[in-house]
Amino acid sequence: MSAITNETILNAINAKFGDTIIVEGEPYGLLTIETGREQVIDLLGFLKGHAVLKFGFLTDITAIHYPEREKPVGVIYHLHSLQNNVRIRVKVFMADGDVHIPSATVLWDGANWMERETYDFFGVDFTGHPDLRRILNVDDMTVFPMRREYPLEDPNRVDKKDYFFGR
Amino acid sequence: MSDIKIVDAPAGIEGSGFFATKLDEAVGLARSYSLWPLPFATSCCGIEFMATMASHYDLSRFGAERLSFSPRQADLLMVMGTISKKMGPVLRQVYLQMAEPRWVMAVGACASSGGIFDTYSVLQGIDEIIPVDVYVPGCPPRPEAIIDGFIQIQKLVQTETGRRRNSPEYQKLLASYGIQ
Amino acid sequence: MENHPVFIDNDPQSELSTLNLGPTHPATHGVFQNVLQMDGERIVSGVSTIGYIHRAFEKIAEHRPFYQITPLTDRLNYCSSPINNMGWHMTVEKLLNIQLPKRVDYLRIVVMELARIADHIVCNGVLGVDTGAFTGFLYMMEFREAIYEIYEEICGSRLTTNVGRIGGFERNFNDIFFRKVNKFLVDFPVALKEFENLFNRNRIFIDRTKGVAPVDPDVALGYSWTGPILRATGVDYDVRAMNPYSSYQDLDFEVPVGTRGDVYDRFLVRNEEMKQSMRMIDQCLKLIAKEDSTIFHADVPAYYLPPKEEVYNNMEALIYHFKIVMGEVDTPVGEVYHSVEGANGELGFYLVNDGGRSPYRLHFRRPSFINYQMYAPMSRGMLLSDAIINMSSLNIIAGELDA
Repeated sequence: MSAITNETILNAINAKFGDTIIVEGEPYGLLTIETGREQVIDLLGFLKGHAVLKFGFLTDITAIHYPEREKPVGVIYHLHSLQNNVRIRVKVFMADGDVHIPSATVLWDGANWMERETYDFFGVDFTGHPDLRRILNVDDMTVFPMRREYPLEDPNRVDKKDYFFGR
Repeated sequence: MSDIKIVDAPAGIEGSGFFATKLDEAVGLARSYSLWPLPFATSCCGIEFMATMASHYDLSRFGAERLSFSPRQADLLMVMGTISKKMGPVLRQVYLQMAEPRWVMAVGACASSGGIFDTYSVLQGIDEIIPVDVYVPGCPPRPEAIIDGFIQIQKLVQTETGRRRNSPEYQKLLASYGIQ
Repeated sequence: MENHPVFIDNDPQSELSTLNLGPTHPATHGVFQNVLQMDGERIVSGVSTIGYIHRAFEKIAEHRPFYQITPLTDRLNYCSSPINNMGWHMTVEKLLNIQLPKRVDYLRIVVMELARIADHIVCNGVLGVDTGAFTGFLYMMEFREAIYEIYEEICGSRLTTNVGRIGGFERNFNDIFFRKVNKFLVDFPVALKEFENLFNRNRIFIDRTKGVAPVDPDVALGYSWTGPILRATGVDYDVRAMNPYSSYQDLDFEVPVGTRGDVYDRFLVRNEEMKQSMRMIDQCLKLIAKEDSTIFHADVPAYYLPPKEEVYNNMEALIYHFKIVMGEVDTPVGEVYHSVEGANGELGFYLVNDGGRSPYRLHFRRPSFINYQMYAPMSRGMLLSDAIINMSSLNIIAGELDA
């Protein structure tokens, strides 16, 4: 059971960031807010350094791709306050062709590989990242495979062609 | 007292003080019971190989006591686990470093055919880059299955003729993989 | 290839050498590549390259129905597959708001804690091998086989268990399972005691591990470490205690912590966790005995895949089977994050659902991936032999690292 409520967190954030954040709701009890990339590092730093909230633990950074939306690529941060045992989810959406966001490595060393992974799969350019290159995929890959338009299977493969099955 | 069995001698002509047989068979017999496997373990199947080597299943009973982590001394390349496209060149390099005669065993669905990972990043079977002698099915195969595959390799080793590696068919096979 | 980490050393007076450790090096227990710059035996700096068994789990998950993702989770941390299976099932159950009967919860805890023991056996056994003591490994492997035989009783498989369904288990547990678990609880503590006698106060082992790779708690938290290696630094973060899932709150257990966060502490923490796991299993067996022994799944026919014999004999079951397999069942739209305490850290599942048959997006928070990124920075200034021991004590599983 968390020691502080989502309302307390939201009030604290609203007092400082007010109009720059959008509250998405609390799916399954996890407060989810959306913000812009201009203040995301300030917001994360505020949450990390807050005397009461203490969101000091970066659980995860990942991304999501909604091709049909106006701002298709979203970066999602999960923070955890170990002292209060409460989590928060922060989302930042970006328009296609303009997918860059400041790096969170200034706040957490652990953000390094999480951001590299996100870059590798979604092509999100983390500005200020010390070593932003592909991590899991082969170095000479040119696409960002987790984006929705790329297929799961290797498009170059030949062993599933129709003539192997008499079609 | 343990019940020690000694393998039968190959067919030959025996007389007082001499025994004559074919060199191929004598060499094959000796080779098959002292294979040095190179475990190329990448994922889940490697953990089952660990169980195969450990106290319970004990692959050493079949003459594979000595694992060779250096490809130069290894006879048998055991590929266990998913080989991704990033790993492919490394596997090929390891195969090229092995000296003839060399055998290859693809353990598990991933090494044999890509398994459940029909994706852009996984090689759909190691036989796309190196020739394979024995495929062991399973995801992962049980240690018994790995041992069975190993025994199949031993049979291949025993029946291989001394000139196979120089035969045009073998050269053609290697050439189809772009080796040599 | 400019992407590849290569140290260019044009200084002819330089005494540094470059060592490529991996990706198939026998001492690394998996496909990890580290390009190290060495000054004699000492590591000056290093760069890790990973992704050698990247299998695109997250991409596959977007193309598979929920119940077919269970076999994928098996292959994340394959040393303790049931924890991954259950973690995934619990994530979906959280999304679908399914309440499980207590007996199912306790059965899950038994299986998960057995998996944790199996994982720690391998990790600590291999740590012994790397310090030159093969005996302990062989002693303990016997009991990992015993755990695998227990798995066989419930799912027929040894390693990649694929155990359980969304909403419970696919079949009830038989008596042989309980007999084998009880036998394990009697036999294993004896072997663990022997194992500890071999290592805990062994002079050679202590010299090799104590004070090697100590980690400060703040640094560990900054790198988002979780699991036994975080607890060895003195931070008592355990998902089971902090956010109890699957009725862990009903059990009495302790969270062991270390003080210095070095290799020796990690070893001790894992040994102690195995004891705590046995305590939990013991309590669960007592609790299970009080429950109705016929319950093995929640009563949610719309989501729980019915047993095959019912599908053949019962019209309703056939309909539900058809609906589930064909993806006709409506699932709530939403996003859910659920985490379980995996054998090497917090294993999280971030699931975004658009109401379809398969997840819109599924992200695994993989502890091995996040824990491993500190390896290269912390190897600086370390002896090569210590770096090898450090790696095996981190318990990085390649399948989970590369996903």
